[in-house]
Amino acid sequence: MSKGLSGRRQPGWVNPPGHYLKRDEMYALPGLVRYKPRARYLFSAGQAQSRFLQGLKEGRILGTRCPRCGRVYVPPRMYCEYCHTRTMEWVELPGTGVVHTAVVSYIAAFRERLKEPVIVGVIKLDAPGYVEGGYEFAGLFHRLCGVTPEDVMSGRVIGMRVKPRWKPPEERRGDVNDIECFEPVEG
Amino acid sequence: MKTNIFVKDRVAVVGAGLTLFRRRHLETPRELAWEAARQALESAGLTFDDIDCVVTGTAPDAFDGVHFNGEYIADSGGFGKPTVRVYVGGGTGVFVPVAAWWHAASGLCNTVLAVAEEKMSPAHPHPQGVFAYIWDPILERPLGPNLIWIFAMEMRRYMYKCNTTKETIALVSVKNKRNALDHPAAQAAANITVEDVLNSELLVWPVNRLDISPVSDGAAAVILARENEARRITDSPVWVEGIGFTLDNTHWYNRELAFPRYVNYAARMAYKMAGIERPWREIDVAEPYDPFDYKELHHIEGLMLARPCEAPKLLEEGWFDRSGELPTSPSGGLLGVGNPIAAAGLMKVAEIFWQLRYEAGPRQVKKPVHYGLAQAWGDLMQVGTVIVLSN
Ligand SMILES: [Zn+2]
Repeated sequence: MSKGLSGRRQPGWVNPPGHYLKRDEMYALPGLVRYKPRARYLFSAGQAQSRFLQGLKEGRILGTRCPRCGRVYVPPRMYCEYCHTRTMEWVELPGTGVVHTAVVSYIAAFRERLKEPVIVGVIKLDAPGYVEGGYEFAGLFHRLCGVTPEDVMSGRVIGMRVKPRWKPPEERRGDVNDIECFEPVEG
Repeated sequence: MKTNIFVKDRVAVVGAGLTLFRRRHLETPRELAWEAARQALESAGLTFDDIDCVVTGTAPDAFDGVHFNGEYIADSGGFGKPTVRVYVGGGTGVFVPVAAWWHAASGLCNTVLAVAEEKMSPAHPHPQGVFAYIWDPILERPLGPNLIWIFAMEMRRYMYKCNTTKETIALVSVKNKRNALDHPAAQAAANITVEDVLNSELLVWPVNRLDISPVSDGAAAVILARENEARRITDSPVWVEGIGFTLDNTHWYNRELAFPRYVNYAARMAYKMAGIERPWREIDVAEPYDPFDYKELHHIEGLMLARPCEAPKLLEEGWFDRSGELPTSPSGGLLGVGNPIAAAGLMKVAEIFWQLRYEAGPRQVKKPVHYGLAQAWGDLMQVGTVIVLSN
């Protein structure tokens, strides 16, 4: 039975081993290896996503429909996760939708502070004919523009109707960034 | 769900051990794992020779900076024995004893050592960089996401759906950091106020610095044994009554974020096995996974310890305090004790073990306890892992 840090002997009281390493001690040791792996990856987009990306280049949002349950997938999958069947039917969505959630980020990918905050969120897309179960839906994760941090904080942005703002056709590369952002539908 | 939950063999937890949780440790991952294992063996009055099989767990190798990290740390307990590493992201810590359970319940091993270790400090300049590689390379990485975005989005949705505020959610951080003041291994124990949380560095609204658990190094271990063996080892075995684990899809932005289905499915599996029909009444003490403060509430609801959107109100009433009706994270949780990912989940299991043996000292909850639960979650809002214990 170990003796707890409280000084009382109690079986459930661990006397936790371990030594805290202070910052200057750490850097004084030969433990810091400055090594940057030069790993580069050429990812394949696959059957479903390749066509989706081609659609973005054309300014269209494409999805796949499951022949068995009728779920519409955006981003598209080549198989239905629920039925395990192949999803062969392609559908074009209008692109409009509502904001499911949105946040204001003051930091970038590696925690660098951003000069200007960026607003990102989840957009639940309109998918005509898709009778969803209430939990899952066709949707995308993307930037939001034309809304302010105050809109996010007050909750005004949630449920707001939005549509994609496309880059000019000559600048599109078949990439999620072909959509600049989702912006409020006027009126 | 068609799993056979009618497993006849009973398995008990008979020992637990823990290292200090700290931002940086002098010890290597192996040394930390060995220390936790040694302490767990000692608490059960066992030696290494008494152990039949070993299960190890660590989260992404990239934190420790060593590939095959599970195997790397395995010689701290697994040398010359059947050993396996399990890995389900943040859910790993509770998945380690779950895997240890089936090793024993199947009859394959009489005694199983379960060790979880994580050393996040080696990743420079900040461990957050490691998370850049969990995003989908085609659809998500081009948007330059930070890991905190996904939590902020879930928290925002939860706040909207449940009509709750940052102020109420911050009470989780206040409670857990306060609970951790009584934990000898704690890294982030503190007496703070809601204002402290709201005034800490704003990262991704609605998430501030003190809404999040710290970056940590540490290890934890527990020992599981089959019934006959467990009764020989101790007079107060803590029985594994139920286990559950499920996986949801990676498309977190195609789902309702306000309710964690992946936790709910795992909980239902564990309750069914344990014969628990009304978890909100039958579970006496719980350690829901709390890497972020809202996550504790979110998970309490997924675990059906409160109705959907009811947890914030109960929290305000002190329901989840150590002296409350259903104490949650009496250890101090990840927010207070620290978050060495896999080790943090197993620390929660160890806490329930001590609570059910009335050995938690000043952390012991006020009410009598019969059933306890620990839960973790992992990957892209995908994995739920649950273990139900009883005394
Ligand atoms: Zn289907």
